[in-house]
Amino acid sequence: MFLIYCPHCGEYREEEEFQNRGQAHIARPLDPDSCTDEEWGNYMFFRKNPKGLHHELWVHAAGCRKFFNVTRNTATYEIKEVYKIGEQPKVVA
Amino acid sequence: MSQKNRLQSGGRIDRSKPLTFTYNGKQLEGFAGDTLASALLANGVDLVGRSFKYSRPRGIVAAGAEEPNAIMQLGATEATQVPNVRATQQELFSGLVAGSTNGWPNVEMDLMGLVGKIGGKMMPPGFYYKTFMYPQSMWETYEKVIRQAAGLGRSPKEYDPDIYDKMNQHCDVMVVGAGPAGLMAALTAARGGARVIIADEQNEFGGSLLSSKETVDGKAAAAWVASVTKELEANENVLVLPRSTVNGYHDHNFLTIHQRMTEHLADRAPNGQVRARYHRVRAKWVVLATGAHERPLVFANNDVPGVMLAGAVSTYINRYGVVPGNELVLMTTNDNAYRTALDWHDAGRKVQAIVDTRKNPTGPLVEAARERGITVMAGSAVIDVQGSKRVSGVSVASISEDGSKVTGSVKKLSADTVASSGGWSPVVHLSCHTGSRPQWNDEIIGFVPGATVQKQLTAGAINGNFTTSGALEQGKQAGADALEKLGLKAADVAVPATVEIKESKPMALFHIPHTKPTSQAPKQFVDYQNDVTASGIELACREGFESIEHVKRYTAMGFGTDQGKLGNINGMAIAAKFLNQSIPETGTTIFRPNYTPITFGAIAGRDCKELFDPERYTAMHKWHLEHGAKFEDVGQWKRPWYFPKAGESMQEALNRECLATRESVGILDASTLGKIDIQGKDAREFLGRVYSNAWAKLPVGKCRYGLMLKEDGMVFDDGVTSCLGENHFLMTTTSGGAATVLTWLELYHQTEWPELEVYFTSVTDHWSTMTISGPNSRKLLEELTDADVSKEGFPYMDWKPMTVAGVPARVFRISFTGELSFEINVQANYGLHVWEKLFEHGAKYDLTPYGTETMHILRAEKGFIIAGQDTDGSVHPYDLGMGWAVSMNKPFSFIGKRGMKREDCVRSDRKQLVGLKTIDPNIVLPEGAQGVFDPTAPIPMPMVGHVTSSYWSANLGRSIAMGFVKGGLDKMGEKVYYPLVDGRIVEAEICSPIFLDPKGERQNV
Amino acid sequence: MSDVKTEAVTVSVINQLPDASIQGQSPLFHADLATIAKSGPKTGGVTLKEEALLGHLTLRMNPENADQLKAAEKVLGVALPTQPLTSASKGDVVVRWISPDEWLITVPGLKAFEVETAFQKEMKGHFQVVNVSGGQTIVKLSGKYAQYVIKKSSPIDIHPSEFPVGKVVTSVFAKSSAIIRRSGENEFELVIRRSFSDYLWLWLQDASREYGLVIEA
Repeated sequence: MFLIYCPHCGEYREEEEFQNRGQAHIARPLDPDSCTDEEWGNYMFFRKNPKGLHHELWVHAAGCRKFFNVTRNTATYEIKEVYKIGEQPKVVA
Repeated sequence: MSQKNRLQSGGRIDRSKPLTFTYNGKQLEGFAGDTLASALLANGVDLVGRSFKYSRPRGIVAAGAEEPNAIMQLGATEATQVPNVRATQQELFSGLVAGSTNGWPNVEMDLMGLVGKIGGKMMPPGFYYKTFMYPQSMWETYEKVIRQAAGLGRSPKEYDPDIYDKMNQHCDVMVVGAGPAGLMAALTAARGGARVIIADEQNEFGGSLLSSKETVDGKAAAAWVASVTKELEANENVLVLPRSTVNGYHDHNFLTIHQRMTEHLADRAPNGQVRARYHRVRAKWVVLATGAHERPLVFANNDVPGVMLAGAVSTYINRYGVVPGNELVLMTTNDNAYRTALDWHDAGRKVQAIVDTRKNPTGPLVEAARERGITVMAGSAVIDVQGSKRVSGVSVASISEDGSKVTGSVKKLSADTVASSGGWSPVVHLSCHTGSRPQWNDEIIGFVPGATVQKQLTAGAINGNFTTSGALEQGKQAGADALEKLGLKAADVAVPATVEIKESKPMALFHIPHTKPTSQAPKQFVDYQNDVTASGIELACREGFESIEHVKRYTAMGFGTDQGKLGNINGMAIAAKFLNQSIPETGTTIFRPNYTPITFGAIAGRDCKELFDPERYTAMHKWHLEHGAKFEDVGQWKRPWYFPKAGESMQEALNRECLATRESVGILDASTLGKIDIQGKDAREFLGRVYSNAWAKLPVGKCRYGLMLKEDGMVFDDGVTSCLGENHFLMTTTSGGAATVLTWLELYHQTEWPELEVYFTSVTDHWSTMTISGPNSRKLLEELTDADVSKEGFPYMDWKPMTVAGVPARVFRISFTGELSFEINVQANYGLHVWEKLFEHGAKYDLTPYGTETMHILRAEKGFIIAGQDTDGSVHPYDLGMGWAVSMNKPFSFIGKRGMKREDCVRSDRKQLVGLKTIDPNIVLPEGAQGVFDPTAPIPMPMVGHVTSSYWSANLGRSIAMGFVKGGLDKMGEKVYYPLVDGRIVEAEICSPIFLDPKGERQNV
Repeated sequence: MSDVKTEAVTVSVINQLPDASIQGQSPLFHADLATIAKSGPKTGGVTLKEEALLGHLTLRMNPENADQLKAAEKVLGVALPTQPLTSASKGDVVVRWISPDEWLITVPGLKAFEVETAFQKEMKGHFQVVNVSGGQTIVKLSGKYAQYVIKKSSPIDIHPSEFPVGKVVTSVFAKSSAIIRRSGENEFELVIRRSFSDYLWLWLQDASREYGLVIEA
């Protein structure tokens, strides 16, 4: 059970209020129709599965319903930072 | 013979309060303050169980959570049965009923005992794997016999009448353990103004001090404990939790506590009180002051009842006023255990000898023993024990300085009790729960907590600091450290004075040698609960298991309900010695939650029976109940499934509902549909991006059906969205998909297109939605509204605001049945009113309520899909024959467009949704049935798609079905066959899924 | 029954209430709390009262838009709380922060349409006001033991140092959700959804049982 700081509510909340939505920073191609199958396949299906630092998209589902990003160590479960959509992580592998 | 082992005075029991209890059918007596174990020992009960594998007699070994043998079945009635309770942790109460759990057919006369004696050599480690796993088909048979013989207690067969609940807690400092270290930590943190929780598994705070003869702060240790506890209880920022086991330590300082609220009072919780409470704690800092468990020594026949831990013997004497025998032999590797011999002697019973494995024991405690005339046999060990159901004597011999072999002749001593101490193992279990690996410490001969990412502090014996003064000092320090880390001011707390008795160096010895090699010596038990022996561990190593984790699994060491609290370190040491490597090189196994077993009741809490899962109701639910609806679960919603009249079968009710709707008028409670209010100048653009069809030109007042796709092009939801205003739309979703769709819209808005000006708000619960459907629906509506609802004034796929039965409403002319339909939406506070008015006026039209099943049949007659039934996340709109709902020409590449162009999505032999007419119209295909083109093909036949929807249509007088068929859209009129599990092969013709009114004339009136 | 017209029909707003002859039924109507209040216990550790049939409005707008803030204050008579997790109230109007761009406003039931209409008139630019009165209700829990009922139901830390009077959070509540606001030292206000209200009514009775539950009409 994680304790996650919601950058919109400005306080720590229990994991049960949140949903993990997978790897962060997967931008939708601006022109999907001109993507090759490979480019589209990478966007659709290919994700990192690191042991260590990972940038994840979370949503405060039972709270303010806002999405935000989390940098988390997948081995120790430490949350290194949270940051809003559109921002870049400060803690990187 | 009542309480023959009870002392006349002393201890923390109340001799003025005798309690009667039943053990294995016999009535016995103990006192208030006893545990079940201390009361059994007071009564001279030697045997408490039979061992798991060899069925050997076993007695009480310990006095706390680490007890491996005294595992009891409790409960005076069937409903209150609780298995696997440690007698050492169960407080005695009047009327307690206990029985031993492992003994078959009973603990005194055990048939398995014979097997054990003869079969000893037949059951090496890995025996179960090697013997019973093959042939696999026989395992179920073996298992029954093995489980019965093993007898690990049983669960009740009746519903548990007691209440359990959960509570969420938050604190600055969570102190685990209320011994000297924990109490000092809590006191310091509390005085500094922190919010503190202190929990201890015992009924009283004090830990080791409860059975200690020491003084603290110039008074009896227990008096100091009482004064600190009182101060903590008086502080409103401190939560004091006795009888509370901190069972798990999880990520980010989340801990779970199992608090036993009434299990010390009675068989059932009195007056409806909560029997056990599960606390879910989030702590800013955690102080682990969990103490240490004494380590027994491993020697031949060390499992005969009467062989106990030295510290436990002292606890029984000092805390409970019970001397569990008459003649004691103490074997020790350290000074500390000498106290047990002194306690025994001072209680007036005979100490035969102290057998010290060290060559030259010295120090005040050794002197104190000698002064009392107790024989101290240095450089020696108890190498074997005599007796079967109770110790009758021991074999003692001198051993080499490193303890590896017997060097002298064997001498026999008479004794009925053997106390052993190999030192103390810090209780690192909770620290391990967080993923931290314990570190070996040569100084204290034990594992201490390793590095951690948790905000965790440790104090006292868990760090290997086994003295009271050290525990008090470290406790204060941990409390002070926590305050500092929390940014709180330091507290004024003095470490109370103690009288220290100096102890000399202990010897690192785990396994006592025998005159024979280990493999031929009598059994030397390491893990009592799983009957793991020293020779078993050596055998595992010999067979090539070198990793300690593998040795553990192969031998089952530590797999019992006690998680190997006593045996694991000895087992590792024995493996290390055999593998000729150091203990740190061998490493250790770690522990998982829970620290001690917890009942399912406590885990479930209140989430049972009607509170197990929320049931969601619409505003008309009461009406449905009163009118005999059968309900169907749709997500958490309870939706009317059908409304049987007296004596009607389900099919009869459905036939009636279907016919009434097509012939006159029916009504459906559609309030569960997800509804999302969408506003903003870019709302239209947004809809165009998330739906597959076009929205740019939908005028105000009109409704449109849309398919929602995932990026891969696959349908995931559908519904009608209506244009309420130029910048205002009402989207409907499937009942089960409401939350998912709203999150989906927010995901794209927040992460991809934040520049679009649009807001989404759920109004699912706000609107009551009722659909009247059928040729008479217009007449019925006209009676309740002044608005023009004629064909011209209110055409198909329009919506209008109007007043219905006096209530302002939005009415939508949309249809899921193919009949003339009106979907009436009113604020839910008035839903039931309008519903009832419709019935008042509808009686003359035989207004018929119908449920989800009739809705499914009616829409299937029209070939309308249900997302989630006719789709499964692997079909795109063209697979469904719904290309009309896709607009490939929209300027923005909507979600799913690119996905649908993937090579796999444009194959011609994709499975496509078609109608299916069985050749025999009376056969209703089972949903899920797999089709084949050639029923004579060899098995496995190539399967070409499954039936998704299938019903009896009363309107058509035949069965109808929809299903996927490979390339089905180009196979109209061809045959497909469904081989069923009962051997029948049902032949069906591929057809259009629109079975009724293909031109839509019934809805367009 | 009139659509509010700002230029063309951009947003459809209707008065959703019938005349007073038709009684509204709140989500807990079926529980008949009035009768329980009369016949049930009068003393206990927890008191429960439904604030039924209030006007509930969801407001979405940009918290950095000064004109919109001004318009909201004009309509409501109280400034929008823009600090996360805070609420503001004046008279019978309560405004709860839900999200950086979302507030829940409660007003007397009969005033909902008036407030909705006023927003359409006063506020410019991109915003949304949605009447959600039929979809939720308010349950007030008070008394010495109310805090324990909350602690059994919600993972939120409600110690006064963390959760002062006026603070509001949206969180899980038992197996449903609630907007929880501390409306007094020993008083908590729960906004719960209609479809979950029967489940939560059962839950709250159960969680309060050991402290004694009093129903107030």
